[in-house]
Amino acid sequence: MTGERSDPLVGTSRLAADVTVVRGSFELEVSLEVAAGEVVAVLGSNGAGKSTLLGALAGLYRPSRGEIVLGERTLSSPSETVPVHRRRIGLLSQQALLFPHLSALDNVAFGPRSTGSGRGNARRTAERWLAEVDAGALAGRRPAQLSGGQAQRVAIARALACEPELLMLDEPFAALDVDATPAVRSLVRRVVRATGVTTLVVTHDVLDAVVLADRIVVLDAGRVVESGTTTDVLTRPRSAFAARIAGLDLVPGRSRADGLVTAEGTVVAGTHPEPVDDGERAVALFAPASVAVFREEPGGSPRTALRVRLAALEPHGELVRLRASPVPGGPEWVEGLAADVTPAAIAELGVEPGDEVWFAVKAAEVTVHPAGR
Amino acid sequence: MSTQPPPRTARRGAVLVAALVALLGLPLAACGGSGSGSDSGSGSSGQSPAAQAPAKTLTVSAAASLTEVYQSLGQQFQAANPGVTVKFNFGGSDQLAQQVVQGAPADVLATASPTTMQTAVAAGKIQGDPLIYATNKLQIAVAPNNPKQITSLADLNKPGVTSVVCAPAVPCGAAATAAEKAANVTLKPVSEEQDVKGVLTRVETGNADGGLVYVTDVKSAAGKVAGVDFPQASAKGVTQTYPIGVVTGSADPQLAQSWVSFVTGPQGKAALTQAGFATK
Amino acid sequence: MSGVPRFLWVPAVLAWLLVAVPVVGLVVRVDLSNFVSLVTSDAALAALWLSLKTGLATMVCCLVLGGPLAVVLARSHLPGLPFIRSVVLLPLVLPPVVGGLTLLFLLGRTGPVGAFLYDRFDITVPFSTTAVVLAQTFVAMPFLVVSLEGSLRTAGERYEAVAATLGASPVTTLWRVTIPVVLPGLLSGSVLAFARALGEFGATITFAGSLQGTTRTLPLLIYLQSQDDIDGAVAMSLVLVVVAILVIVVSRTRDVR
Repeated sequence: MTGERSDPLVGTSRLAADVTVVRGSFELEVSLEVAAGEVVAVLGSNGAGKSTLLGALAGLYRPSRGEIVLGERTLSSPSETVPVHRRRIGLLSQQALLFPHLSALDNVAFGPRSTGSGRGNARRTAERWLAEVDAGALAGRRPAQLSGGQAQRVAIARALACEPELLMLDEPFAALDVDATPAVRSLVRRVVRATGVTTLVVTHDVLDAVVLADRIVVLDAGRVVESGTTTDVLTRPRSAFAARIAGLDLVPGRSRADGLVTAEGTVVAGTHPEPVDDGERAVALFAPASVAVFREEPGGSPRTALRVRLAALEPHGELVRLRASPVPGGPEWVEGLAADVTPAAIAELGVEPGDEVWFAVKAAEVTVHPAGR
Repeated sequence: MSTQPPPRTARRGAVLVAALVALLGLPLAACGGSGSGSDSGSGSSGQSPAAQAPAKTLTVSAAASLTEVYQSLGQQFQAANPGVTVKFNFGGSDQLAQQVVQGAPADVLATASPTTMQTAVAAGKIQGDPLIYATNKLQIAVAPNNPKQITSLADLNKPGVTSVVCAPAVPCGAAATAAEKAANVTLKPVSEEQDVKGVLTRVETGNADGGLVYVTDVKSAAGKVAGVDFPQASAKGVTQTYPIGVVTGSADPQLAQSWVSFVTGPQGKAALTQAGFATK
Repeated sequence: MSGVPRFLWVPAVLAWLLVAVPVVGLVVRVDLSNFVSLVTSDAALAALWLSLKTGLATMVCCLVLGGPLAVVLARSHLPGLPFIRSVVLLPLVLPPVVGGLTLLFLLGRTGPVGAFLYDRFDITVPFSTTAVVLAQTFVAMPFLVVSLEGSLRTAGERYEAVAATLGASPVTTLWRVTIPVVLPGLLSGSVLAFARALGEFGATITFAGSLQGTTRTLPLLIYLQSQDDIDGAVAMSLVLVVVAILVIVVSRTRDVR
């Protein structure tokens, strides 16, 4: 580790892990690959094995079987284990866990110092990374003087200043105020994209996956139950579990001032909870329950109306879920969009599979987020 | 992180309080250390519930070095005077004299030096003149068979000989200093003990080769140490003299006087001699 | 303080008075006219200097030996840890005199280790300043260990885990993270050990003896003087109280910062 590089990019390496980890009565058995520079989100509910996976990769738990390979190096195999501090895996968790006795700058300089950089070099590296996360002004502050969001920014800089080959984010926004989350999330997105570091995001929040990840791996009861691109997993979940945690309507496109425009020009009106530049890749998200279904094209308040063909009607709790498929000549991306309506509304509409209807959603119900590639 | 400071401060506060307690705990520790045998024999063991005579209690404040002798004399006295209970208050002579001056209940005061007795006399707390009835001499306590061949005070300064004495502030230390003066020797002890029993223990446990103690102490050690006489032990100010007197305001001066007569009489003399005291 | 139940006030005030009143009594009893000459006598200065010197040496011993012990107790997963811990705490409950006796039976000239040292190397441990430090360390060590182990457990291993992911070796982590994070506990534990050493009496007099300039610390001098010179003893006691207050003030200053 040189620590002397002048370019702010960190090394990118491919991660390949195929391990079994036993902790008490819980067993995690996963095979996972993350390409160099790829951002993969691991989704799962509490107890699915997310922390165990991270712990095994970081070197806190020893797998009972299998190998972990990062770049050229075997981190863990039946015959060898690389200790935590030589793995070059950065970890950002819910709590920033900044060292309370060091200033923000010294926190960031800690990694470079520990791995052999001189005081001056470490300091310059730290200053650069603080600037990178827009926290240059916080350099002299103690962790106790930082807000949760500020602390998390500094923690990101600290993790990246070590030039990790793999960055792991463990529920990185779960402990933040709701108000602080969008800004920190888009910052993480920007920094991760800018550095091109291979990243694993562990989260139970679908939004984190949408914003940060190229690919989603769904973990349930210690096993990978589903894996695919973010759009695929969220819009066409193949496992019941993924369907439950996803369950959102998602429209890919590019951001514009009043929402999002799809590739063929359909505008989905919505709001931007976090800053997205016009023309940037984005997704529009909305809940199926906020979708209204009409036989004729609706007008009125700012809303988006999409012409779709009904593919299926499924019971969904006390509601009925209508699944969309494209109309002839219409956009393909409507495939899988869902609308949840009451049985009474179905009876009134008198619709059945094969009918063409309008799915309408108000702008206020739609949020537009920057998206993975 | 934000939750850290309050518990830490609170804990530190507790630690500070504990530090204060640790420091102030000193006087307590000192008291605990001093209590070695000072009132070990306050009750007399042979309490015969002989109810024919009116029950009387005699309280005797006596120097710690008299403990064994007085306890055995107490039993004899009780046997001879049915209905009488003798209670002892053993302690340092200075302390005992101070207590009597302060009005502590005592019928008889028996100290280990005229000086301490004089404290009580000067305060008008002793009826008549105190009586000097016994003396005690210094001896050099050595390991049995005297392996280091110590025969004089000067021998205690021989290379390879470790010696202990009492601190000059306490009576046995004052006697030791006077003996050194008489012998024209300056001892180089490794420790100056708080009391004569401390000196004896050092020799008994083999941590010192020689120590200045009283003949009575050597006797009480029952063979664990041997005593070596030296000429200066009889010099002026070296020999310890034991005065006894009846305390003014005693509830039963007659009974108190009979204890004095008993101790200074034949039975008392026998017991004192047996313990190593010289009697007059 | 509205949250304090009223009935707690009486015992609380009594507890405070129990400590405060005797100290006030001591101060009142001091013979002020001779105070300076009493506390600047050769014996007093020698004892004060010896107490400070051995107290600091004890503190260093506690840090060097007790510090690592606290880390082992807080961080390792040895079997029988509760047993090991209870042995460490033994001096807290034992009368110090017993501690002195155990040291004497081990290191005295006839003890197994002491006899070896004496016969082989002509080293006599009792009656030396080293013996004072040993006795004080014996009684003061648990204060540091308990305080530091508490701090280590409160801090947890989170920061150490983070440091490792940042590339810090266990040794680097110890110096640059663990120690700074538990520094308050380390300092208060050291202050506590120093204070306990200053007040140590029973183990010292039993094991080390009492000789001016070598083994007669302030508490030993106070006890000795209490036999024939109460004024001197009281004056020296006041000095000890002042030192105690100084220790507290120093720690407080750090607290405020």
